[in-house]
Amino acid sequence: MSLRELLLPYLSALLLAALTPCVSHAGVTSAASTIVIAKDFMFGPTALTVAAGSTVTWTNKDDEPHTVVSDSGLFRSAALDTNESFSVRFDKPGTYRYACSIHPRMVGTIVVQ
Amino acid sequence: MSRESVVTSRRAALKCLAFGGAGTLFALAGGVFTPIDLAVAAADRTGAASLGKPLFVQISDSHIGFNKEANPDVVGTLNRSIDAVNALPEAPALVIHTGDITHLSKPAEFDLAQQLFSRLHTAEMHSVPGEHDTTDPTVTEYFNRFGKASGNKGYYSFDHAGVHFVALVNVLQFKPGGLGTLGAEQLAWVAADLKGRSSSTPIVVFAHMPLWTIYEPWGWGTGDAPQLLEQLRRFGSVTVLNGHIHQIVQKVEGNVTFHTARSTAYPQPVAGVGGGPGPLKVPAEQLPSMLGVTSVSVVKHPSGLRLSDTTIAEGGMA
Repeated sequence: MSLRELLLPYLSALLLAALTPCVSHAGVTSAASTIVIAKDFMFGPTALTVAAGSTVTWTNKDDEPHTVVSDSGLFRSAALDTNESFSVRFDKPGTYRYACSIHPRMVGTIVVQ
Repeated sequence: MSRESVVTSRRAALKCLAFGGAGTLFALAGGVFTPIDLAVAAADRTGAASLGKPLFVQISDSHIGFNKEANPDVVGTLNRSIDAVNALPEAPALVIHTGDITHLSKPAEFDLAQQLFSRLHTAEMHSVPGEHDTTDPTVTEYFNRFGKASGNKGYYSFDHAGVHFVALVNVLQFKPGGLGTLGAEQLAWVAADLKGRSSSTPIVVFAHMPLWTIYEPWGWGTGDAPQLLEQLRRFGSVTVLNGHIHQIVQKVEGNVTFHTARSTAYPQPVAGVGGGPGPLKVPAEQLPSMLGVTSVSVVKHPSGLRLSDTTIAEGGMA
């Protein structure tokens, strides 16, 4: 029996242990991709909590274009025309505030756990 | 609806009411600006002459690239606005565009707009950016085309016919939840620019977003505009021109006349009516009466500038 064969069960257990937290985190939100809708000059939901690694997609449902610009400068969409979308993948836990630069009163928050 | 600081005649006034907006012509009369309804100016040569020397025309919010129900043909309505300007008995020396030239800051939209503007009968065109012109990731499309006069800052000043013009940018330093912003650097530049100028110099200030708070919940204002107005207070004739809200709102405060222009693309609701400041859908036959330009001419009595707003419905009549 080689050393590799001896260690295999142990390595597998380690791998499983490493994966487990991710799996349970994914369980917090039902999907790894979440949609925020910009409609009637508001982002909805205004505050959204997702697991680390999730992708958030904003879709504009207004006749007026909107942008998605993070306060910290981390992400910035182009002007989204009606039905256009913009996505960001959030890997690091934290609170991310954003606004529409065309209508700065449109604000929202993504909380990544 | 059209409005004039100096109503030329009841008939003209009624005509404005009937046909609504294409642009505003600004005339300077003894140092005071007066806006003149373009259609009236174009249709009534004698009347137009009495309004003073045509100084410049303001065009705003062309939103090239917009194609929704509120106006599927923004190129057509801009062309009609340009026709109204070109129909003036005397070509204005300047045309000022107060921003939102494009809808989505796309190169093709800017290119088309520039192609359309080239048809204007005028010696010079000046502009300031709107927030719709600065949404490209690098914020370079507007400045590559219109930034030369200002060393890419967007704000600059120039003199014409004894009038000092100040072009300002209030759409770049947006603050979440807030109004437009001029910023400390630009305010310091204005102070230096105005320093040493005689208080009798007529001043025209133009920027995209209103430089006074019209409706805060929709961001219709500029947070640090009071610091600008403080600097303008000593001047005998100040005209502040803005776009952004796609309708005419006018206010006179001391020696300062505030005026917002109609859009050439689509109307917006009156402050606070409906869900937000988006395109207002109106019956197709009503639309031309809600789009237009503003003209300014110089008038001698009373001394000042006269502003006049014209709709493309009127412009089409000329």
